[in-house]
Amino acid sequence: MSSLTFKKGIHPKHAKNFTKDKAIEYVLPEGDVTIMLQQHIGAPCSALVKVGDEVLVGQKIGDSESFVSAPVHSTVSGKVKKIMDVLHPNGSKSSGIIIENDGLYNEVDMTPKDPYTMSKDDILATIREAGIVGMGGAGFPTFIKLNPPKDKVIDYIIVNGAECEPYLTSDHRVMLEEADRVIMGLSVILTLYPEAKGIIGIEDNKPDAIEAMKNALAAFQKESNLEIAKNMEVATLATKYPQGAEKQLIYSVTKREVPAGKLPADAGCIVQNIDTVVAIHRAFFRGRPLMRRIVTLSGENVKNPGNYKVKIGTSYRQLIEYAGGDLENTKKIISGGPMMGIAIFDIDIPIIKTSSSILLLSDQEMHSGEESPCIRCGKCVDACPMNLLPLDLDRFARNNANEAFETYKGMNCIECGSCSFVCPSKRHIVQSIRTTRRTIMAERRK
Amino acid sequence: MSELTIVSSSPHVRSNDTTSHIMRDVIIALIPATLVGFYVFGVAAIFTVLISTVSAVFFEYLYQKLMHEPVRINDGSAAVTGLLLGLNLPAALPNMPYMLAIVVPIIGSLFAIIVVKQLFGGIGNNFMNPALAARAFLIISFAEHMTTWPEVDTVASATILGSLKEGGVVDQSVFEAFIGTVSGSIGEVSALAILIGGLYLIARKVISYRIPVFYIGTVGIFVLLYSIFNGGLDLSLVGYHLFGGGLMLGAFFMATDYTTSPMTSIGQIIFAVGCGIITALIRLFGAYPEGVSFAIIIMNLAVPLIDRYTIPRAFGEEK
Repeated sequence: MSSLTFKKGIHPKHAKNFTKDKAIEYVLPEGDVTIMLQQHIGAPCSALVKVGDEVLVGQKIGDSESFVSAPVHSTVSGKVKKIMDVLHPNGSKSSGIIIENDGLYNEVDMTPKDPYTMSKDDILATIREAGIVGMGGAGFPTFIKLNPPKDKVIDYIIVNGAECEPYLTSDHRVMLEEADRVIMGLSVILTLYPEAKGIIGIEDNKPDAIEAMKNALAAFQKESNLEIAKNMEVATLATKYPQGAEKQLIYSVTKREVPAGKLPADAGCIVQNIDTVVAIHRAFFRGRPLMRRIVTLSGENVKNPGNYKVKIGTSYRQLIEYAGGDLENTKKIISGGPMMGIAIFDIDIPIIKTSSSILLLSDQEMHSGEESPCIRCGKCVDACPMNLLPLDLDRFARNNANEAFETYKGMNCIECGSCSFVCPSKRHIVQSIRTTRRTIMAERRK
Repeated sequence: MSELTIVSSSPHVRSNDTTSHIMRDVIIALIPATLVGFYVFGVAAIFTVLISTVSAVFFEYLYQKLMHEPVRINDGSAAVTGLLLGLNLPAALPNMPYMLAIVVPIIGSLFAIIVVKQLFGGIGNNFMNPALAARAFLIISFAEHMTTWPEVDTVASATILGSLKEGGVVDQSVFEAFIGTVSGSIGEVSALAILIGGLYLIARKVISYRIPVFYIGTVGIFVLLYSIFNGGLDLSLVGYHLFGGGLMLGAFFMATDYTTSPMTSIGQIIFAVGCGIITALIRLFGAYPEGVSFAIIIMNLAVPLIDRYTIPRAFGEEK
């Protein structure tokens, strides 16, 4: 069967060989951990503890009254040392709870739950209480994503195992090592939508993951007497960036287009990241909230690149030093993937729920180069998965021609960066488009 | 920690394509046609091409220096323009005043680089193909020089299209026209050599097949229909029109110029068909025997209009 795919897109070097065969390794935090009160899209949490309080592993230490939010939990046991503004991986300063780790990892009582006998509301409440957010990078609270407006008919639950960003292999390793948990996590979601099909989409550059998931699914279907087990399948996707972008993934799997300005639910789909689904598995079958993250450490300047399982709140510095990162020769430190991640300027920041990877890139790996005039070669037009004209949008953005920018559908841009990637003139196309989109969004809010 | 880490907006990796790589590929693709031109026309052709190329790069350098702009001659675009201009000129004639043989390519390069390219904003902003605009300028300014062709293998010095226009008999076969033992501009004598270079550009994804295929196809169909309505099907006439003039060079190397061709697939097809129709109209019904340069520069002017009416449907918008 040929692999499913979307139109246009690009083929960056995978650069996954550094870490794709490295088994997930557990690294415990050294010293204090910092639990950020905002690790998701939405309202930040307020601290539920005070300085001096003793906390346990799994204890909820931050929550919010707002609907769009997700609680945070302690990942160690020990004493709350400080609650203060610290540097967030996104570059801003925001509130974090610093916990002095006593190294004992005493836990609160965590009891498993049976999702198959629970009501829909109880399932969603459990997912919320476990602090689960989209772990692919955006960090949108999962319980909201799983509960779209009642009038939307959900036909597909798509588990995103594309992992189309170069370098990243954390989802790949999870699919290899925890395949059965992905399947069981998906079964929880399908309990909410018994009529929907559950499809796990994986790029064809990970044949071992495809096989592992198919085997795990076959085993589950054989053992389970759940009706929904029959609704699951594994789909092979073409290896192409941005295959894992929500709208492109939906198109690849279902050939449906999410209407401009609408949500996946408007196309009858809900997309969840692999690790998010595993977090759902843990929240029910082990009763544990989201406390760990698998981080890929990679790049030419990392001596021991690998996939590290760490407790949320561990510092970037500890992980970089553990993996033998050569900071002297590093030109760029990236939190997330090289196509959409954030370049960071300080490594004394904590791992949060969405920290998928840390990359130390050299000059050779980046091919950055000086920006020169656009030659209208049209490579960006052939690359844009949203079928836009990036070169025109770039020109409008730089000329502050916001009206023309909107007429040319600049607001449909998903900021995947394919246009900047292919540009032979090394123009910062997506950067100028992104800036204008923010400006227009801010004006609309007024 | 190194103080020199870069903090910038994503994406953090780029392809290793650059503008100069693209221009280098274009120059590589022009090598077969250039060598055939040198072989057929000898030293005079070498001089003409050398003068036009070097002077184009020089004028680009001079302008950017004088205007205190960053000097970008290393991107190779001026060299490509100069080379294409040289290939679009007739080789110098032995009996021609040699000052003229030197001055014509220099004036052409001056016009191409300074007037057509730099005065309109430099690379990416010219409204016409600089080499073709310069050729048109030279045809009007030095009509005799630009339309006098050297003899090839002591065969008549008239070009195939010239003979057809005069209503005369063409001495060469279509095969000879394809291989390149006929007279014409330096770069256009061998359709085969141009085709090799053109296929290289398509294989390297520098250009798409659309413009050359639709351009050449339109001319072919037009001439075919013309022959049917004028005394019966004449396949050799079609062959002469495809391989005998500047169509191949124009379709693969001039009409595909990024700056002066449309962005989208459908736009490129409209543009190419337009080039084909105008070329055939000029050749079959106009005063000039050859219409490729004029067809392309006329369609160059229509590109902003074509682009405006061929904005693709964005993903997720209504069909």
